[in-house]
Amino acid sequence: MKGLCIDPLNNFSEYWKQPELSLTDFRERIIRRFLPFPKLMVSSASSRKCFATVSAVVAEVEENKTFDSERAGLVVKELRKSFNSGRTKSYEWRMLQLNNVARMLDEKEKDIIEALYKDLSKPELETYIAEISTLKSSCQEALEGLKHWMIPEKVKTSISTYPSSAEIVSEPLGVVLVISTWNFPFLLSLDPVIGAISAGNAVVLKPSEIAPATSSLLSKLVEEYLDSSVVKVIEGAIPETSALLEQKWDKILYTGSARVGRIVMAAAAKHLTPVILELGGKSPAVVASDVNLQVAVRRIIAGKWALNNGQACIAVDYIITTKDFAPKLIEALKSELEQFFGNDPMNSKDISRIVSSTQFTRLAKLLEEDKVSDKIVLGGQMDENQSKMAPTILLDVPEDTQIMNEEIFGPFMPIVTVEKIEGSFDVINSRPKPLAAYLFTNNEQLKKSFVENISSGGMLINDTVLHVAVASLPFGGVGESGMGSYHGKFSFDGFSHKKSVLYRSFSGDSTLRYPPYTPEKLKLLKAVISGNIFNIIMALIGW
Amino acid sequence: MATATEEVRRVVFDSREASAMVEELRASFGSGKTRSYEWRASQLNKLEKVTEYHEAEIIEALRSDLSKPEFESFVQEIGMLKSSCKLALRQLKSWMKPEKAKTSITTFPSSAEIVSEPLGVVLIISAWNYPFLLSLDPVVGAIAAGNAVVLKPSELAPATSKLLARLLGEYMDSSSVRVIEGGVAETTALLEQKWDKICYTGNGRVGRIVMASAAKHLTPVLLELGGKCPVVVDSGINLQVASRRIIVGKWGCNNGQACISPDHILTTKDFAPILVDALKQELDSFYGKNPLQSKDLSRIVNSNHYARLTKLLDEDKVSGKIVHGGERDISNLRIAPTILLDVPQDSLIMQEEIFGPLLPIVTVDKVEDSFDLINSGSKPLAAYLFTNDKKLKDQFVRSVSAGGLVINDTTIHLAVPSLPFGGVGESGMGAYHGKFSFEAFSHKKAVVYRGFSGDASVRYPPYTKGKLSLLKALVGGSILGIIRALFGWS
Repeated sequence: MKGLCIDPLNNFSEYWKQPELSLTDFRERIIRRFLPFPKLMVSSASSRKCFATVSAVVAEVEENKTFDSERAGLVVKELRKSFNSGRTKSYEWRMLQLNNVARMLDEKEKDIIEALYKDLSKPELETYIAEISTLKSSCQEALEGLKHWMIPEKVKTSISTYPSSAEIVSEPLGVVLVISTWNFPFLLSLDPVIGAISAGNAVVLKPSEIAPATSSLLSKLVEEYLDSSVVKVIEGAIPETSALLEQKWDKILYTGSARVGRIVMAAAAKHLTPVILELGGKSPAVVASDVNLQVAVRRIIAGKWALNNGQACIAVDYIITTKDFAPKLIEALKSELEQFFGNDPMNSKDISRIVSSTQFTRLAKLLEEDKVSDKIVLGGQMDENQSKMAPTILLDVPEDTQIMNEEIFGPFMPIVTVEKIEGSFDVINSRPKPLAAYLFTNNEQLKKSFVENISSGGMLINDTVLHVAVASLPFGGVGESGMGSYHGKFSFDGFSHKKSVLYRSFSGDSTLRYPPYTPEKLKLLKAVISGNIFNIIMALIGW
Repeated sequence: MATATEEVRRVVFDSREASAMVEELRASFGSGKTRSYEWRASQLNKLEKVTEYHEAEIIEALRSDLSKPEFESFVQEIGMLKSSCKLALRQLKSWMKPEKAKTSITTFPSSAEIVSEPLGVVLIISAWNYPFLLSLDPVVGAIAAGNAVVLKPSELAPATSKLLARLLGEYMDSSSVRVIEGGVAETTALLEQKWDKICYTGNGRVGRIVMASAAKHLTPVLLELGGKCPVVVDSGINLQVASRRIIVGKWGCNNGQACISPDHILTTKDFAPILVDALKQELDSFYGKNPLQSKDLSRIVNSNHYARLTKLLDEDKVSGKIVHGGERDISNLRIAPTILLDVPQDSLIMQEEIFGPLLPIVTVDKVEDSFDLINSGSKPLAAYLFTNDKKLKDQFVRSVSAGGLVINDTTIHLAVPSLPFGGVGESGMGAYHGKFSFEAFSHKKAVVYRGFSGDASVRYPPYTKGKLSLLKALVGGSILGIIRALFGWS
């Protein structure tokens, strides 16, 4: 089948091979070429079929201009119809879809790795661990837990409703929108979709246009593996996203920046749509001096440069340590970095590139700021042509610099020094709440006070990032780092409405509740509420 | 003199003053004092004392704002709040305990827990219909979770608003709990500030405004809205009990001015006349021949709402459909319990939330048809069904989406604190009551603890083929694969 088709990805790689083409040009060409092309955007059967000639493609583009609000409305309408038919509610349908996702992950591993390599030069092992296997566990978790999750939860009833029984029924919300991002474009697209499907919703997924190969692959795979009348991929950039956001959804999950998060929530407000916002922030790592330095340093590196080269919402943004300990920490970081990525990290195959020229420019600017450029103690190399940046460590960067005030989202690691390690708490609390906060120490008291005093989405003591792999923990931010959470059962809950149901019979009807409200009734009620048996008896005998 | 100063103060509560107040509360929250169990418990105790020591004043304020019968004030406002306080006090310690969570093989060896922490400084905007309960019940949750709170009671229930400001000022820790009275201007000034959570009770129109302002600061919202709560009535039921329970949920709940009051009834053509008769008879026995004079019914809150309700009733297609009641008294803002039969679907009364003493009955051929009718509108805050048919119950629970459902009764799911109370779709988002109140005002912080032992180099670069095959084997759970990879036979 593949041999018969003109694979659009091959064309992408053609562009990619032209060295004179800047990343912006590259992206723009992709957008020009494919995004206004409706049959690629709305994942329909024809997107997998061959395109006969280029002229046919051009004709198509001219015929159906962009994916506008009207077309978005039609997609939602169709999905709502499918949802209303009730079939997404059955356990069988949900299991089938989840099984299909799992099968897709097994069968298309190579394609996924390839797409992520194209978009981010992401090393195969990183793709495998952070995207494919994490999704596999999510599927597994859902497949194993779903039956149990779907069972209504019995709860105790109270004296005021006696006799009665009560339960909390989880029901799907309806038609939901998942807007994903480019840094883990596969995982962060499908992980919420798994939750939405588990909960029995119809879903539209909008992958990030900044990871075009993955976006296109997702569109193809979802069409191929999932029930396409209920799960759809819409590819596109700002105009398509705006068209989608104008529609009425029953839930929106957005992963990305706080700026766009605000736009998403404001759009959702028009339709009273609840949102899950997975944002980022400056996630700190506090390093005390009483640690196993080699292990700590390796784990910091794993949570920064070995995590999409720092382009991750839970990557370590900066380190806080004591003045005395900083030199030792830097030495250890240098030596482990060299071991991991060699003498010339710019040529290491084990490190992702910077995703786009916009991001490259933004990052370069952070480093070039006056007060910053002379603080580099390691790294600093960059290669615009390949969009590569070396792991870079900076020491004692002033607080009023750009790099200390925005989420870095790249391979720079400033080290902030404090006199005493407890001083790090003020440094963290003076900023918006981050998505994650890390602490390395063997001191129990310090751990305790860190957990008590620092507010962040999640926390991990003596490691980085791994808390996202614990399915029994909710993953989500607080304050500037987002709202709502998902993962494991929390994904199911995030896309469900918890419907309270109270069952009563016609027996045991007490006239006490009803008008006319006599003083005796009031007296009895007061006695009942205060739980005074003596008063109840007195009221009952009419005193 | 005192009122003059008050006037001046009211005028200057603008965004600047609101911002200064939030800053103060933030400093107080930042000091950490609201986090302690002792502070939370002492504040909850004080709220309970408010209900205990000031019962008569609360009842008086509610009478002044709504002519609310003492019985209703006591049961539905004071009694409910007291139970909320008691429950929170009894369970707070266990709510505050971090919840242990299982960890996975990927993070072995490790331990994990979910820590509930306060969000910070929260805003509660309350409504006029249950102005005491709907103001303080969310405050109980916010305090239990350890937050600093600003409460904005509704200006449409001015006596209660004033009383709340006075009592909370007197009883509560004013460095962390404040009441700001006011209308649209004050609310706007408050909404411009950055909050860590906003709980709003009211209508969908303002709900949208609240959420849009919250979006500017990425503030999560709890919106308690309303909707047209339907009651489906099947035949073959205990008609007297059903009618009484419908009446008590409608006219016995602030004369229908309640977000979970039955909005309309759905029943079969055949059963409708029987039901109407039963309702009439029970209404008579509850409120007498002249309900406009009954002391057991609330009045309409103000002349705006009175005008809105009479407009619903006076619509051409509607006025001829009255089968019971319809009397009104504009000087006392009273409207009698009114039942309408077969009002057209396109009339105003069938389009908007009624929120008053008018009860239209819609007839269907088969009782199951009512489910489609409900699902064709926006999702209500509550839906009720009266039946003895097990199958019908199941179908109702499965197919009707609403904030909450009650079978064979109305409104009392509110009194079950183990059930979350909240809407879905147009009826709102988020939930509270009981432990859910604590959770609504808490952040669930995921915490994982690891040691430095058990560090596997398979995680780290350089990424060799051997590492990859080991990982794949681990993920695939193939023991043979793991052994092969460990020996380097990939």
